[in-house]
Amino acid sequence: MGPLSVNEIISENTNLFLAFIIGIGFGFVLEQSGFSSSRKLAGVFYGYDTVVLKVFFTAAITAMLGLLFFSLFGWIDLNMVYVNPTYLTSAIIGGIIMGAGFIIGGYCPGTSFCGASIGKIDAIVFIGGLFIGVLIFGLGYNIWDGMYMAKFLGSPKISQTLGLSDGVFAFILIIVALSMFWLAEWAEKKFPREEY
Amino acid sequence: MSKSENSKPSKYLNPYIGGVLLGLVLLAANFVSGRGLGASGAIKSAVVSTVTTIAPAASEKTGFVKEFRQSHQGNPMKTWLVFEMTGVLAGGFLSGALSGRLKFKVEHSPKITSKKRLLLALGGGILFGFGSQLGRGCTSGSALSGMAVLSLGGFITMVAIFGTAYALAYFFRRNWI
Repeated sequence: MGPLSVNEIISENTNLFLAFIIGIGFGFVLEQSGFSSSRKLAGVFYGYDTVVLKVFFTAAITAMLGLLFFSLFGWIDLNMVYVNPTYLTSAIIGGIIMGAGFIIGGYCPGTSFCGASIGKIDAIVFIGGLFIGVLIFGLGYNIWDGMYMAKFLGSPKISQTLGLSDGVFAFILIIVALSMFWLAEWAEKKFPREEY
Repeated sequence: MSKSENSKPSKYLNPYIGGVLLGLVLLAANFVSGRGLGASGAIKSAVVSTVTTIAPAASEKTGFVKEFRQSHQGNPMKTWLVFEMTGVLAGGFLSGALSGRLKFKVEHSPKITSKKRLLLALGGGILFGFGSQLGRGCTSGSALSGMAVLSLGGFITMVAIFGTAYALAYFFRRNWI
């Protein structure tokens, strides 16, 4: 059955139309959760507002469990679902540069579109920055393509790497997330908070 | 504890409910299209579209455009992520309209000026744009969507993004609190 487009149950154009509908859901939920506000997003790094942590990990766990159950029921073939490849060097260095961009700029790409959609000028400027950053990467591609391609490990699952079944790993991740939620609730009581 | 937290309810959705809903959107993307959500890939399409329009011959020879062409034929703007991110703009606008949050403004801490905030937004955007290309996806495409399919790289990128932001938070605290 699933994934519908990979199994050619829906056409390529239907797939693109559904991408638009899925995007509406994505943008709507982000905005309703407060992800259109950079000060609310940055709160997670100071403890005064941990909405990012709660939404992010709840979403990751929901989707992960959903996929595992869909697979169990035979509704989706997980072998046909894209698993992000692992290039160790660029995953770490790219992540570090993005982390710096996050604390300096206050948005990530998805949330900046969300902020821009309700008129946040800082979000629109951030998107301008994204464009420049991608352009710089493209123009200097020959300079860093060695780093970009280094330490390719294929597309391993973290559960395989740790020698656990997907289910056991998922269970451990849920316990870790619940501990972080508990810590987040404690931090929000400790640090003063405003509504942005 | 702040006064506002006790005296009035949050104007935003409960974060755990928001998280479950976002997870269901991500699950739908995987079920329908066999892939997760993303954001920076749409910017990449826009950049490729721009450079191939301005300098078609020269840009097609660059490694960056060649790499893009391996996975995308035809018009660089006719991709899944471009359609999805157009939806994000529509969905965010709809949500903001329903909740009375549509307003042009520069949001910043009272300790800094609007101009400084915009310069920081630009600089942060440049770093994030560059990093998202090196890391093969951003918080959405690499970290969140990667985690949902248990990608090792997704978890590593997630830890690197949040770890770095926490490590640098102290130095940029005046901009936020």
